[in-house]
Amino acid sequence: MNQIEILRFALRGLLANKMRSALTTLGILIGVAAVIMLVAVGEGSSQSIQQNIQRLGANTLTISPSFSGGGGGGGGAMRGPGGGGGANTGPRTQARQLSLADAKALTDKTLAPSVKSVSPVVNASSSTATYGAASHSVAQFVGTYPSYFEAVNKPVAKGTYFFNDDVLAARKVVVLGQTVVEELFGAVDPIGKQISVSGVPFTVVGVLKEAGSTGMQDADDIAIAPLPAVQQSLSGFGSLGQIVVQATGAGTTTSAQAEVTAILNQRHGITNNNPDYRVLNQATLQETVSEATGTFTVLLGAVAAISLLVGGIGITNIMLVTVTERTREIGIRKAIGAPRSAILGQFLMEATLLSLVGGLSGVLVAFVGTRFTIAGIEPVLVPSSVVLALGVSLGIGLFFGSYPANRAAKLRPIQALRHE
Amino acid sequence: MTAAGLRVVEPVPVLRVRDLVKEYGEGDARVRALRGISLDVQQGDYVAIMGASGSGKSTLMNILGCLDVPTSGTYLIDGTDVGLLNEHQLAILRNRRVGFVFQSFNLIPRMSALANVELPLVYGGVGQAERRARALAALEQVGLTDRVHHEPNQLSGGQQQRVAVARALVTAPALLLADEPTGNLDTASTGDVLEIMDRLSATGRTIVLITHEDDVAAHAKRVIRLVDGEIVADRRQAPVDGPPPRLVEATT
Repeated sequence: MNQIEILRFALRGLLANKMRSALTTLGILIGVAAVIMLVAVGEGSSQSIQQNIQRLGANTLTISPSFSGGGGGGGGAMRGPGGGGGANTGPRTQARQLSLADAKALTDKTLAPSVKSVSPVVNASSSTATYGAASHSVAQFVGTYPSYFEAVNKPVAKGTYFFNDDVLAARKVVVLGQTVVEELFGAVDPIGKQISVSGVPFTVVGVLKEAGSTGMQDADDIAIAPLPAVQQSLSGFGSLGQIVVQATGAGTTTSAQAEVTAILNQRHGITNNNPDYRVLNQATLQETVSEATGTFTVLLGAVAAISLLVGGIGITNIMLVTVTERTREIGIRKAIGAPRSAILGQFLMEATLLSLVGGLSGVLVAFVGTRFTIAGIEPVLVPSSVVLALGVSLGIGLFFGSYPANRAAKLRPIQALRHE
Repeated sequence: MTAAGLRVVEPVPVLRVRDLVKEYGEGDARVRALRGISLDVQQGDYVAIMGASGSGKSTLMNILGCLDVPTSGTYLIDGTDVGLLNEHQLAILRNRRVGFVFQSFNLIPRMSALANVELPLVYGGVGQAERRARALAALEQVGLTDRVHHEPNQLSGGQQQRVAVARALVTAPALLLADEPTGNLDTASTGDVLEIMDRLSATGRTIVLITHEDDVAAHAKRVIRLVDGEIVADRRQAPVDGPPPRLVEATT
């Protein structure tokens, strides 16, 4: 009595009742496919969020003003450990805005050695750009320095950036995002053309590479111009909206944050732990978000695991039915000299085959399923989830099959033969 | 009868049963199916056990076939005490020493006649080629060479029972037990099966058969009657080492 014979008996037993075997297999198939696919969707969404965050610019710190009252609510999900210091709502004697002088101070190489570049940013609100008859309301009209492009990871696809000369001369040049180009120019080449923003003429020098939409916000609905040009014509010479600081490397963002905090605290005269600005660290944000999406993935996997368990119970159920139905056959086999191990082996093998076939086809279905985009997310197959799901389904077959198999093997031949 | 009496019997009988008792149930509901059976069956004998239903003959048969265990008493096959064997050894014993033919055939459905006959050899660990050859030989012995690939539901009752006999024979057991093998068969099929039994007996196979029909019992060399779990008669119709009585009649 060797393993191949047991396998043949098991196969014969399963094929005798094809419909039932197929449905039981389906239970495991769904369980395994669900585990692998949901984990893949979780992983996919996690990776796409990570990419979106990276697209905002790597190794950057965003400093924005924080006013008493406003700072508490604004932090939201970004309030991770060390993420931003803006969660304070305590009384403050004098809140200062961010100024160009603040930005200049941050470029001090001795006080802030970890800072690579500093880009002061102003945002012109509700600016409508027109070209000929076409007009478009630009979501983000940014006035800044050339270093901004690198810091926030916005390369130019066509034309050029503007340069420090343009900033010094306050030239009215602009780099447009894809959406703005499409709205204003359609198929026409925009480089060198003049557009009018709230009545002020700007010359288009470049077009940004398409970034794609990040959630609700269209990252391509943007126009970037030199800081003084925007201040002169659109926003006025008030305070800065943001200061974007790029650290020298991924490892220095934390020290850059400390340096920036020290300089600003000194300049704004802040002694208590209640600053009038907020530093948003991209790296910390990324950490926090990946932690959250990790939890999300585990949750999805756990829900799928339940369906795998239900599939396993289905195997027990079917094996119990099979054993009851074939009690007489077991009796015959025992009467002609089948040892207990052979009966046990046959029924265990049947259960294992059910779960293995279900598991393997589940993996197949998951492989095919993860080729498609699900709910706007590109699933990413996690190899460990495949191994785990297959292993668990096999274990389920052995575990849930062992009870009915044992019951079959323990039957006394005469009891089994008398069974009708 | 005289021949058997004069013959020097072999020291170890194929079957030796001593004071076999089997009880079912507990307390007031207790039924004594067997009340102390003692019996020896020699190599080559052909024994018919007769009795009305409820006489305990099926119970005795199940114990002889190692399918059931007695409440008390000893049972030896080829000198081996069955009561001392563990489950695994019992399985080997059922496989190698005993061939069992049931009244209701008990073939495994959806398996061809050949596969059914091969089954005991599979459990006995015989290799594929030898298994095939031996199974085909056993089927030839029962005259079913042209039906080897038919499944039980494609065979008549008589053919099914002949497959069952082939299955019982294929391991060349010391003992062939048949529990009312003709109980579910028509006259023609009964004749076929009994003829096979006669021929097997003539080749020296030891056979124990249960029946309640005198016609069937007439084929045996020895007839034992059971009433209420006890042996009431033990009559020899032909010598142990001679041919079975009906075969003698048929040839002469």
